[in-house]
Amino acid sequence: MSETIAPVRRLNMIEAINDALDVMMARDPDVVVFGEDVGFFGGVFRATAGLQKKYGKTRVFDTPINECGIIGAAVGMGAYGLRPVPEIQFADYIYPGLDQLISEAARLRYRSAGEFIAPMTVRSPFGGGIFGGQTHSQSPEALFTHVAGLKTVIPATPYDAKGLLISAIEDNDPVIFFEPKRIYNGPFNGYYDKPVEPWAKHDGSEVPEGYYSIPLGKARIAREGEALTVIAYGTMIHVAAAVCAEKGVDAEIIDLRSLVPLDIDTVQKSVEKTGKCLIVHEATRTCGFGAELSALVQERCFYHLEAPIERVTGFDTPYPHSLEWAYFPGPVRIGEALDRLLKA
Amino acid sequence: MADRPASETPIGSNLPPLSLHVPEPRFRPGDPVDYSHLAIPPAGAQPRPDEGCPASETGPLCTDLIRVLDDSHQAVGPWDPKLDAETLRRMLRVMALTRAFDDRMYRGQRQGKTSFYMKCTGEEATSVASAFALADDDMVFPSYRQQGILIARGYPIVDMINQIYSNRADKLKGRQLPIMYSSREHNFFTISGNLATQYPQAAGWAMASAIRGDSRIASAWVGEGSSAEGDFHAAMTFATVYNAPVVFNIVNNQWAISSFSGFAGAERATFASRAVGYGMAGLRVDGNDPLAVYAAARWAANRARSNMGPTLIEHFTYRAEGHSTSDDPGQYRSAQEREEWPLGDPIMRLKRHLIARGEWSVEQHAAMDAALVDEVKAATKEAEKNGILGHGLHHPFRTMFEDVFEDLPWHLQEQSEQAMRERRIKWPEWKES
Repeated sequence: MSETIAPVRRLNMIEAINDALDVMMARDPDVVVFGEDVGFFGGVFRATAGLQKKYGKTRVFDTPINECGIIGAAVGMGAYGLRPVPEIQFADYIYPGLDQLISEAARLRYRSAGEFIAPMTVRSPFGGGIFGGQTHSQSPEALFTHVAGLKTVIPATPYDAKGLLISAIEDNDPVIFFEPKRIYNGPFNGYYDKPVEPWAKHDGSEVPEGYYSIPLGKARIAREGEALTVIAYGTMIHVAAAVCAEKGVDAEIIDLRSLVPLDIDTVQKSVEKTGKCLIVHEATRTCGFGAELSALVQERCFYHLEAPIERVTGFDTPYPHSLEWAYFPGPVRIGEALDRLLKA
Repeated sequence: MADRPASETPIGSNLPPLSLHVPEPRFRPGDPVDYSHLAIPPAGAQPRPDEGCPASETGPLCTDLIRVLDDSHQAVGPWDPKLDAETLRRMLRVMALTRAFDDRMYRGQRQGKTSFYMKCTGEEATSVASAFALADDDMVFPSYRQQGILIARGYPIVDMINQIYSNRADKLKGRQLPIMYSSREHNFFTISGNLATQYPQAAGWAMASAIRGDSRIASAWVGEGSSAEGDFHAAMTFATVYNAPVVFNIVNNQWAISSFSGFAGAERATFASRAVGYGMAGLRVDGNDPLAVYAAARWAANRARSNMGPTLIEHFTYRAEGHSTSDDPGQYRSAQEREEWPLGDPIMRLKRHLIARGEWSVEQHAAMDAALVDEVKAATKEAEKNGILGHGLHHPFRTMFEDVFEDLPWHLQEQSEQAMRERRIKWPEWKES
């Protein structure tokens, strides 16, 4: 984390993202922000509130409901020399833009031998826990981590959201920036039947004014510990931390912050220290990013492992509406996995 | 559904059974070809609205066919761009060079020098005359059959051959299928094998140019086949919504590999008429008439450059050869189609026009063709010094892992080392160049 002497405010994650966009639009006239409802209205989650008024309609604007067009136009703008930051209103809506992301944005640099690049950051709220049903709840990050040429970033705190988004915008490669919408307004810890604490009570909400950046590919140790290593990102950082605290488990919790590039050194060092590894993500299990993490930990830390690697994930079903909390990898599922690891 | 015969209707229903229409081309191999169903209006008969007109004024031109060169090889009517003879000779030369290049590269593929090639025979005007109508710093977003643009913009053909051979001088480092060129210097966007993706990109590039208050415009090409892609409609929507300074070209060459234009909707409407529903200007042009193509492209470029918005141009033409080196058109269409095509050949038409103007001769043309064959041959020899596909003269091995990202991440570094190790196991004497 970069040192800073700028005044610090307490912001929620939406405010921090808005702040990052504001900072980058002020610093770099090439930054343009667009997407469905992001202009006059400021986005359905308010992430772009006030930006059109401040930077004008040609730098912050609404788009047709056409994700292929949004991403495709961003590729063209990037080729021109702009630094587009399109918003896809929900990660669940990103699929019509996949060809433009996978075959185009991710490949321009390679196929043109560096003549054309796609310096875009695609922001999109993802994850469930808001009764969004199967079309407003998905966590499709593994679709993107599988693609050569894309970076995938997921913040877990307002401080990180701002610093990582600034890095993503400055990055000359295309970045998928998934925002865990369940923690936009507070660090939801998985206990859905209890009130959510506001960000203001969490250290991660201390957000300096002005510019700072957090490098992509550098994990954060959210909690140091000795008993086992928890690898997670986004909302699940807070859920895992709450369960570990409740059970009194001295876990080392690693917040990956970016999945690609991945901070394998931090992961490896921690698992070698603790000898036990729990991977938590909300996304479906089969071929989820946890599978990749599990393989990497096994390859690199096998002789340090004292128990089988555990994966706690969403189930391999669409995200259900009425049974949302039965689907969500909450305290019970995580607690069971912790018990198995600690007994081993 | 599948367990019920299509002709059977529910008991008690008096509704007729529904039937599925699957388009079928008029002519299949061996069929005699008669194109009398095609409406070919006389040259010079199409009105030319002002470039700043409301888009709706171009409505009739979306079903008409803009033509300039008449049967006696004269340029006639309001669309005559009145180009000087020197410009036309240059245009003729570029089209002829494109054809000579195609012929040589096609043979090269057959000789095993590369894996794949695609000719644009018969369609040279749709790219070359368009390129002449644009400024050199306008950005083009080509599909895979617009090599004529690159040649028109002076890209060295030896570099094109290096790319086709994927050799050690290939500017794209051997990463792309042959003919998928890229040249930022020539404002020629990197070609994608995924079709029509360049359309929304062109809209986005044009939007960026407008955001910046620039004066450059974008122009994009697709075949009629891939105009069926969702990207096409995304691009049309974005371009009209933002009034983007972009020219969209549909090269309707009648065939998408083995599927005739009916599978993209040609049985119901012209491709240009799609512009009408979007409120975009649209032009349908004789794609084998270089003067008409130039005039339409110039009209659209001027319109875009003066903030009057995008234009969709359908180039009505014919793909005289196979889709690529990988298909045999004799398997799916009548060989007579090419001979009977009522709009002739673009190079022959321009040649005859220049001769009719007293600005060219059969002898000059023959001499030019001979010189172009030599030029391409010399470039081929030059390129072959850098290697041909699969013969070892490629870019250094490590370049396989570069440019995935701006910086090499640890996992690609590891994989690169593995690839080097494999190489040394197979060839112990091998050293990375």
